[in-house]
Amino acid sequence: MAERAPHPDTPELRARWGSFAWTNVNAEKVREIIGRYPEGRQRSAVMPLLDLAQRQVGQETSTQGWLPLPVMEYVAAQLDMPIIRVLEVATFYMMYNIAPVGRFHVQVCGTTPCMLRGSDDIMDACYARGMKKGHTTADGLWTLSEVECMGNCASAPMVQINDANYEDLTPARLDAVLDALARGEQPKEGTQDPARHTVEPVGALSNLNAMADGNHDYRGEWATAPA
Amino acid sequence: MVSVDAQAETEMPTVTVDGTEIEVPDGATVLQACELAGKEIPRFCYHERLSIAGNCRMCLVEVKPGPPKPQASCALPATQGQEIRTDSEMVKKAREGVMEFLLINHPLDCPICDQGGECDLQDQSVAYGRGGSRYHENKRAVTEKYMGPLIKTIMTRCIHCTRCVRFSEEVAGVDEIGALYRGEDMQITTYLEHAAKHELSANVIDLCPVGALTSRPYAYEARPWELKKTLGIDVSDAMGSNIRIDARGREVLRVLPRNNDDVNEEWLSDKARWQVDGLARRRLDRVWIRRDGKLQPASWDEAFGMIAAAARGASVAAVAGDLLDCETMFAARRLMTALGSDLLESRQTGMSYPVGNLAGVNFNTTFAGIETADAVLVVGSHLRWEAPLLNVRLRKAAKRGAKIFIVGPYWDTTYAAEFLGDDASILHDLPDHVAAAMQSAARPAIVVGAGGLVAGAHGPALALAHAWNVVRDVDGVRWNGFNVLHMAAARMGALMLGFARPRGIADLAQAAPAVLLSLGADEVDYTRFTGALKVYVGHHGDKGAAAADIILPGSAYTEKAGTYVSTEGRVQFADKAAFAPGDAREDWTILRALADALGVSVGFDSFEQLRSAMIAEIPGLGVDGLVDFGPLPAAESAERAGGTIVYPVKDFYLTNPIARASATMQRCSAELLHGENLAEAAE
Repeated sequence: MAERAPHPDTPELRARWGSFAWTNVNAEKVREIIGRYPEGRQRSAVMPLLDLAQRQVGQETSTQGWLPLPVMEYVAAQLDMPIIRVLEVATFYMMYNIAPVGRFHVQVCGTTPCMLRGSDDIMDACYARGMKKGHTTADGLWTLSEVECMGNCASAPMVQINDANYEDLTPARLDAVLDALARGEQPKEGTQDPARHTVEPVGALSNLNAMADGNHDYRGEWATAPA
Repeated sequence: MVSVDAQAETEMPTVTVDGTEIEVPDGATVLQACELAGKEIPRFCYHERLSIAGNCRMCLVEVKPGPPKPQASCALPATQGQEIRTDSEMVKKAREGVMEFLLINHPLDCPICDQGGECDLQDQSVAYGRGGSRYHENKRAVTEKYMGPLIKTIMTRCIHCTRCVRFSEEVAGVDEIGALYRGEDMQITTYLEHAAKHELSANVIDLCPVGALTSRPYAYEARPWELKKTLGIDVSDAMGSNIRIDARGREVLRVLPRNNDDVNEEWLSDKARWQVDGLARRRLDRVWIRRDGKLQPASWDEAFGMIAAAARGASVAAVAGDLLDCETMFAARRLMTALGSDLLESRQTGMSYPVGNLAGVNFNTTFAGIETADAVLVVGSHLRWEAPLLNVRLRKAAKRGAKIFIVGPYWDTTYAAEFLGDDASILHDLPDHVAAAMQSAARPAIVVGAGGLVAGAHGPALALAHAWNVVRDVDGVRWNGFNVLHMAAARMGALMLGFARPRGIADLAQAAPAVLLSLGADEVDYTRFTGALKVYVGHHGDKGAAAADIILPGSAYTEKAGTYVSTEGRVQFADKAAFAPGDAREDWTILRALADALGVSVGFDSFEQLRSAMIAEIPGLGVDGLVDFGPLPAAESAERAGGTIVYPVKDFYLTNPIARASATMQRCSAELLHGENLAEAAE
């Protein structure tokens, strides 16, 4: 995490992104987004606008997208807010990439539930394919990050790749997903366990069995409250 | 009963602090309640003049009713019937815990830290910490951030209180410092590490509770306990900011603001703070006499002899400079009177606004008062450069909803303001919405700056003041909305002492005096006095000394006690912090000796006699506080404003001889105003 830093402000960066402007489609969206907030409160639109900008940069570079400094300045100017406030937002949230990323941004969850369910193996599987944390592979296809909890603990371990979650992973299942992405296919999102539809229990119920067929009041069966 | 309780809640809640029952004002926080009860609450992020952040957690106290855990008192409103404990075991443990967490990532570099000895973290860890560390892991390290020529950063020491962020956003109005990243990686920085570019930037040094932001010019100069602290008054602008001059031996090492809610609150402009290194450079420390076109060292007797020879039976005149104390000017006035001359002037650049009634050239609303104005018309003043701390007050007014209109060229205000045009003649034909806003305002105010005075806007502005009835009673309190903003610290004192001729300095030039006594006057066009023997009494080898025939070395504002009158007519006293270098003397002693040389009597032999003679003549100068100049004078209707307004300050950092001699100010000017990159050269 600590190596996160905005891509350096160089003349090349200015030359490439200094003339950034919304596409017609996005300009329409921006109007709609800013319109959601009361007059004089347009700064509230900074997060959706940064997201939109990141996506537009992604389209232009065939990557997940990131936020070059001139693009942040463009958003700041549009919302009439100091650039430092925009940079604060962009650096605070991990979902904003402040340095270039590859076509697929593989974000492996390493928080406790995923770790207990084998996220280390998932990480190793990524390393085995030549990925390195915080770096983009030479072919420009993969960027690897370790992230904190994504809220998919019931189907741990998981990775998020761009906008899609892939859950119930094993190294083999991850490989299948990554291979499919590399081929240009769109693998099925969500759980990768064939026995599972979403996050329902795998196999037989292990607890709250009496609830399977109907409502059941457990309260009488509880032990007396701890002292 | 219910109604009584409800009333008590809306008015003055009663709380119990450590068993003592006290009433606190409605809206007070628990922290303020504890302070009212005389309890010290440690804190880092909380600051009276900034918004509440509640992120350092040092102010934890125990409050009932409430959750059974310590609570941050700075962000908790005091309510009726609260029982607050600041001395319980829980509070002690909570403080020790917070302190331990803060110190986990704080380096143990106090011996090489400039904050040492005046560090909140140091003091509070002694008072409230555990006294030992249980932490053996690696500490966090953060790269230094460049913040300009005044602020030195050692960001590993930062405890993320965000006072600096809140100051620049809320008080200065220049959003340039921010907190990037999150959690353990949080870092305070300016955008792309640009220098902090505003006139109050160095105040974050005072605000920083640790040694993360320290002063660059003062780095490794001294420890606080080595310094002699003297109470002084700032002369870099006409605000009369209250300062503390820290000196070691005869060297002034730094200047810090003193708290005065009526004047500078607790802020200080960067120039007032750091021009003092100019006190050690380009000093006039001996007598010089111009011979064959070149200044050559001489003795006092030679100089006095030359002056006496030139002044015998001939006319003499005196010009007062911008940094003078009242005592010096009074001594000069006594000398001139004894010589039979009334050729006294202080408005060096040739202004000649009427001074028959000083209420017409005073900042009548007062600095604290202008905060409450609801419509302000500024005529020809670049406030950020002419009085940065007044700009802070106007920003507060603007935040409360005041409409602010400015006549004059555009400058970057730190609040919403409407620029009406560059030409002063617009005063005779104001747009309807401006006139309507000023007329309908409950507390209208007009501020005429130096640019406006030069463009002849004084009379028309006074006429507008009468038309809009800006002197009125608001809620039973007198409101006087007419203000003139001077830029010279000496101006109001000089005007009170009669250093003003009806036609300004042109009267002096016309009288063609044989001797022109220049008291630190560096802005005068001396080519108008070619026939005169120009005697410069001053402390810096600047423009005035360059034009002088005789130089008598005087004292700067830190080297003499004196009385100053700020632009709001506030009389304040300053003490002597250090001795002047070399042969330099306190100015009044030079004038006293000159009187002997000229064979006249000025009627005082000591500073005390001088001061009591001055107070006897002008009683107002003897009373600390605002002078009452009486009602506003009538406007001279004939005067018409016209012409493009030009702001007199071309370079904020180099407005007076001390600042021009200061390496720090020169660097600020080059780097912040002229964009030169000197960052490397200074390391």
